[in-house]
Amino acid sequence: MPTQVEHSEYTYLRPTKKFPNVWCAGCGIGIVMGALIRAIDRIGLEKDDVALVSGIGCTGRMPVYMDFNTIHTTHGRALAFATGLKIARPAMKVIAIMGDGDAIAIGGNHFIHAARRNIGITAIVVNNAIYGMTGGQYSPTTPIRARASTAPYGNIEPPMPICELAQAAGATYVARSTVYHAIELDRYIEQAIRKNGFSLVEAVSYCHTTFGRMNKLGSPTDMMRQLKDNSVSVNAVEKLSPEERETKIIRGVLHDVEKPEYTQLYEQLVKSAQASLQKT
Amino acid sequence: MTIRLMQGNEAVGWGAIAAGCKFYAGYPITPSTEIAEMLSWELPRVGGKFIQMEDEIASLAACIGASVGGLKAMTATSGPGFSLMQEHIGYAAMTEVPVVIVDVQRLGPSTGQPTSASQGDVMQARWGTHGDHPMIVLSPVSVSQSFDLTVKAFNFSEKYRTPVILLMDEVVGHMREKIELPEFDSVERVERIATDVPPEWYKPYGDSLSDVPPMANFGDGYRYHITGLFHDMLGYPTTRLDEIDPWIERVHRKIERNLNDIVLVEEDLSESDRTIVVAYGASARSARHAVKLARQRRTKVGMVTLLTIWPFAEAEITRIAQFAKRIIVPEMNLGQLALEVERIAGRKKVVRVNRANGEMVTPQMILEAIEDR
Repeated sequence: MPTQVEHSEYTYLRPTKKFPNVWCAGCGIGIVMGALIRAIDRIGLEKDDVALVSGIGCTGRMPVYMDFNTIHTTHGRALAFATGLKIARPAMKVIAIMGDGDAIAIGGNHFIHAARRNIGITAIVVNNAIYGMTGGQYSPTTPIRARASTAPYGNIEPPMPICELAQAAGATYVARSTVYHAIELDRYIEQAIRKNGFSLVEAVSYCHTTFGRMNKLGSPTDMMRQLKDNSVSVNAVEKLSPEERETKIIRGVLHDVEKPEYTQLYEQLVKSAQASLQKT
Repeated sequence: MTIRLMQGNEAVGWGAIAAGCKFYAGYPITPSTEIAEMLSWELPRVGGKFIQMEDEIASLAACIGASVGGLKAMTATSGPGFSLMQEHIGYAAMTEVPVVIVDVQRLGPSTGQPTSASQGDVMQARWGTHGDHPMIVLSPVSVSQSFDLTVKAFNFSEKYRTPVILLMDEVVGHMREKIELPEFDSVERVERIATDVPPEWYKPYGDSLSDVPPMANFGDGYRYHITGLFHDMLGYPTTRLDEIDPWIERVHRKIERNLNDIVLVEEDLSESDRTIVVAYGASARSARHAVKLARQRRTKVGMVTLLTIWPFAEAEITRIAQFAKRIIVPEMNLGQLALEVERIAGRKKVVRVNRANGEMVTPQMILEAIEDR
């Protein structure tokens, strides 16, 4: 007998938005969207207190379906918009949703500086290692030798490690999982949103329509299985040989520290500026 | 009221505070930096926020984000930074988010001459971002007017839900002059039109009598979507022609129907003047002096100062073209706004007086043009 499953997701979808969504059937982005909703639901945030800020690309289309304050900005600049919004509304949970090209290529500068400031924004980067919306051009996370529509002879550029970049730049919470590990993703996104500071979750996904086709990786199910087989928990990394570590996707909370958050520091700055004004 | 000696750039900062600006994001660039320095000091004192961003693209993005969050926001830059901001000027126009962008023009193209004056961004201010969009651009002549027009820029921006550009030039920005600073409480402030409908009825881009839909701020209980894509009345992306056409018509109409409010000009002429000088910004200062010298020599000449340069003062120029025989347009560029004067004034003689080497157009150059009949 089938059991009744409660889908809290539905209460967070916009009743007025025309579905279906823009993503290809079998895409992993929807799983990240589900994980985000479940995380928000678990924390118990009011819809009015959440803002989703996205850039351009397949992942950039995610906020429109969800019933929060949502803003779909320009390519690469989600974190810059989010910075202004967070400063204007420090109590608001501001979540920036980006793809790999969006966050790391055109938006790389904003990414490192938002992390450096440790402003209380949660960044979610859906990494499918390709520019999907424009037809499969290589991105800053495309693996070496992989083919893309602008790398017909194979990619010769090394990929950018997103989590390590965020950590080096100053983020206080950094975690990585994959769209196969949806429950893990729920948990990391929840922890990231709860974090008081700049937090990053890299959700490794796939694009079967472009990357998968050009690299003969099979169906969405095949690519999902590859995520499962090619990833390993951070706790098991020590058991791997150095060569194996290079090729595996390492999942887990990679970095978690406490540092003063930007908007709180600014609040103190305003107080001391006003106090010194009263003295004069 | 207090009388002060200050720079044009500093007056812009005070104008912003008087207008209720509570957020500034910028990136250092000559000759605009004094605005950022001044506001980094003053904004926290009035409970505002200042942030120095990683570049000009991020600066305008942060301003738009803050404005969506409900703060009046401004950024300031110069030529190269203004070029970088163009995409987000279009984004603010498309999403109808109020924001003020100050461009203290310097000699270009490219890095050009950072400390030299120019009026080379006139066309960029109008057409720099892609696509069709209305644009309000104001250009002050004096330090005192830098204050007044900054307040106006905020007020237009909030009233019409549109980005407004304050097009300064290095001369007015860096010049020191007497200014009578009013009590800030007495300055007219316009606030964005808030919505009074329940959240489930709210249409962020819906019809309204004034063509300016009420704007809810994020966090006020009206959850809606903002996108740079063409969108329907609820803010959702659309490809429907019957939703795209009304949008583009409405955003142009909201400016075009209010030209009487937006187009600011100063006149010093009579209908018997056959020669009229039309000028703006620092060039208007030289022009006024040239007109004074010409009148001392009993030469009849009129003067029009354009404080709003976009939308262009078509009605004003059409009117003077009815009695003027010659219109002289001095500019610190090779002829940008003169193109508009030529377009409107038809067969009347339009005389360009240009200088694009970083130096001002001198009164002497304009005087020669006035007397060269």
